[in-house]
Amino acid sequence: MRFIIRRAGFFVLTLWAALSLNFFLPRIMPGNPINNIISKLHNVTPAQELAIERSLGIDNKASIWHQYVTYFANTAQGKLGLSVANGGEPVSELIRQGLPWTLGLIGITTILAFIIGTAIGAIAAWRRGSRLDSALPPLFVFTTAIPFFWVGMMLILIFSSVLGILPSYGAYPLGVTPSFSLAFIGQVLEYAILPALTLLITSIGGWVLTMRNTMVTTLTEDYVRMARAKGLSSSKIMVTVAARNAILPNLTGFAMSLGFVVSGAILVEYVFNYPGLGNMLLTAVNNVDYPLMQGLFLIITICVLVAILLSDIATAILDPRTRTAS
Amino acid sequence: MAIPVTTTGLPQPAQGVSGAQRRSALNRITKAIRTNRKATIGVVLMAIFIFVAFFPGLFAHQNPDTATTQVFAHPSAAHWLGTDNLGRDVYAQVIDGTRNVLILALSVGILTTAVAMLIGVAAAYLGGLWDGVLNFITDVLLVIPIFPLLIIIAAYLPSAGNDVLILVLTFTGWSYTARQLRSQAQSLRNRDFLLAARVRGERPIYIIVVEILPTMTSLLLASFLNNALYAVLAGSGLQFIGLGNANNVSWGTTLYWAQQNNALGSGLYAWAIVPGACIALLGAAFAFINYAFDEIGNPALRPLTAAKVRKAAEASTKRRLADHGARAR
Amino acid sequence: MAHALADDQYGLASPIRPGPVLEIRDLSVEYVLESGIVGAVENVSFDVAPGEFLAIVGESGCGKSTLLFGIAQLLNPPAEISGGTVAFHGRNLVQLTERELAAVRWRDMSVVMQSAMNALNPVQSVGAQFRDAMRAHGKTSKAEIHERSVEVLKMVGIDPVHLKSYPHQLSGGMRQRSMIAMAMLFTPELIIMDEPTSALDVVAQRSLMAQIKDLQREYHFAVIFVTHDMSLVRHFSDRLMVMYAGQVSEVGPTQKLFDHPHHPYTVGLMEAFPSIRGPRVQLTGIPGSPPDLARPPAGCRFSARCPKVMPRCETDPPPEYEVDETSVRCFLYEDAGGSQ
Repeated sequence: MRFIIRRAGFFVLTLWAALSLNFFLPRIMPGNPINNIISKLHNVTPAQELAIERSLGIDNKASIWHQYVTYFANTAQGKLGLSVANGGEPVSELIRQGLPWTLGLIGITTILAFIIGTAIGAIAAWRRGSRLDSALPPLFVFTTAIPFFWVGMMLILIFSSVLGILPSYGAYPLGVTPSFSLAFIGQVLEYAILPALTLLITSIGGWVLTMRNTMVTTLTEDYVRMARAKGLSSSKIMVTVAARNAILPNLTGFAMSLGFVVSGAILVEYVFNYPGLGNMLLTAVNNVDYPLMQGLFLIITICVLVAILLSDIATAILDPRTRTAS
Repeated sequence: MAIPVTTTGLPQPAQGVSGAQRRSALNRITKAIRTNRKATIGVVLMAIFIFVAFFPGLFAHQNPDTATTQVFAHPSAAHWLGTDNLGRDVYAQVIDGTRNVLILALSVGILTTAVAMLIGVAAAYLGGLWDGVLNFITDVLLVIPIFPLLIIIAAYLPSAGNDVLILVLTFTGWSYTARQLRSQAQSLRNRDFLLAARVRGERPIYIIVVEILPTMTSLLLASFLNNALYAVLAGSGLQFIGLGNANNVSWGTTLYWAQQNNALGSGLYAWAIVPGACIALLGAAFAFINYAFDEIGNPALRPLTAAKVRKAAEASTKRRLADHGARAR
Repeated sequence: MAHALADDQYGLASPIRPGPVLEIRDLSVEYVLESGIVGAVENVSFDVAPGEFLAIVGESGCGKSTLLFGIAQLLNPPAEISGGTVAFHGRNLVQLTERELAAVRWRDMSVVMQSAMNALNPVQSVGAQFRDAMRAHGKTSKAEIHERSVEVLKMVGIDPVHLKSYPHQLSGGMRQRSMIAMAMLFTPELIIMDEPTSALDVVAQRSLMAQIKDLQREYHFAVIFVTHDMSLVRHFSDRLMVMYAGQVSEVGPTQKLFDHPHHPYTVGLMEAFPSIRGPRVQLTGIPGSPPDLARPPAGCRFSARCPKVMPRCETDPPPEYEVDETSVRCFLYEDAGGSQ
């Protein structure tokens, strides 16, 4: 329990650091962000101008420290400002629209990649010395080095341009309004196939290799030999003794890999024009939409922190040593 | 950036490394490269790319920046990979772009590893408050999503040429390596040969540079390769989405133009495929070399089939017995 | 003998059968490495009688642990059995499949390893590990499992509350004893122990040995005990087997070996361990080091270090000779008795 509290404390500090980065970056960059923004828009009402300033924490009448504190206060209340490129719509609203798409596509695919990759790695290590184990590592080493966006483009090439069987643009057909009907869900799934496949292909390699390497070492441990000595069945040994121990480093590695996942998410959403937060970020950047950019950076950071916290909790559950260690 | 592949059991030498050991290490490395297939592929690929980067003139005769009127041309004898939206020869772009990508990869690889080394080893060695502060900074940068940060920084800047890209990638990429180096430095800190150096009265800077660093060469090499790979992928990624300097000739920027002009939709496949394939191959070269060195250091990971091992064992034994018999006579 | 059966309300104890528990003939284990095949154990033969405590001693690398795992069919690649038989009450374990072996494992023969910290699953509680073993042999009743777990912990003097503890929460001595408790779950006929006391301090060592002997007296199981500490086994073992370079150099009743060692290597070992109460003697080690088993010498493996070496020793490998209830692999005893 103490472990979780310590981690949570660390996350709060990290969040503070991220917010501070958000606050100071526009101030240390060349040029005046406000003017840059206003020059991009037309007919900015004073209220909008105020909102933009507030979202950047800029208040020319107050001291930097005051601006800083107000910025934090505003963020805590969810006042993330107005998007300049989307007709002044509140940033929080835009985020709310894009979040489910990103969480759905990226979240589910990442978990799938983790589960499938870990399973393949475990089986490859179990069958040490087989031809399967010889062939897999080089293959997966290769897949970890391929850029996300290129895989996406290749899949589009094969399945959309040449074969024409899968869609390559968006999360659902143009002109259709989202609903909870079965037909719509079917379309969503259809449109998600290629992006999900892209993510799977590129990210699965890391899990396979790490799990295999850890498992190979775990299999030489005395407690695995002991499990054999006790007469446990092969499958029971592989899963409940060996894999159960070998998966722990993978879980901690999960936290490290989230940066990779996020980058992949952004690129894949871009290539497939998926209406998620990643695509939104890129569009925001192209439109010099600072408020939206900052809001997105914040929410992405929060998502990553939550994911890390969850994997830490999972580690604490699975590894009793972390629970009782001081 | 690639999912960091953790391997267990990094080679830990029992004592410091002597000059003679360093020379024989080089011999062992060359032998290892020859015998390990992954290493061979990686090194060969890398050599090809380096060669192309140094002598682009040998491979492409057209100027990649020359705009012509033949826009969106399909591959032909005149233009092996066709032309882009400004009529520039795609093949020439790919060949010429090699240099920029390699410069990016190697500089970021070296710089990132150097910064990480300074911070990581210093934190481990100085300990106490320094360690705490440096650790905190490292961990925060580790957790904050790097790619969005990269995007935002690149967005605030007017235009991200290669130099800026290098700086930005280094600034965001050192944290993972720093953490790894710190933990290895910590485990080395109390090794006997270091205690001996301290007892001898050597100054900390001497100990760090002369005693600690050489024993960490394997980790430093792995970090360099990892960071180079990260630079290739993240750098190309940034260029692809338009945050690099679009007038720089590089694989990422070529792909950017391809995507902007819907190359895939218009059937200009070569334009879209080839630069990306090059990124993948260069990335693979780094990854193969890295993984091969992991296997060389930790034989338990080598993917030999049991049948092969048995054959090798019998062959060795036969040779040894013949040796034995010959000597006994 | 009746004791074990009377307690057996749950049908967990195995009956003690007559005849030798283990008959090992010409067992050989080799390591198949890229650099060559290394013979770690070479033509080892011996018997283990019911209820007997057999100690196996030898220096590091002599093959005693490998031999143990070879007997228990627990070798990991690249080690494999290259020849010989391991007969458990007549059944050759070497030829059994994993599934057939599973029935024998733990019920008839269990294992105690050197370091409980490594041998116990770090992510499972002690009770859960006991449960796994029992479930693997068809015991499914929670009540039965719990009762038996409590019983075996009490046997080794551990408070049953520790069934819920994780290995890292126990002290070193407690961990080793819980491993022994686990080995006793089915009161098997044979328990194989690989240096179970090496990781403990001397006081805990003695206490553990005494515990093992007490349990042996009560439950009449045989023990094969591997160690490099001669003094430890002097008072606790019935027979002593000395291994050198993968072979048995001498095996016989413990007292006889200590009073009158035959093989020059055994003599050297005895002289290296001074008696705490005896007269002061000059400590002599055995100069030299064991041979490289990747290229074993042609003749006797000890010839390079033997103070009594004869020309013949370097060319002919000596067989085992019987002398006074002891089996010795040395040409010095060729005439003393018949050969094996």
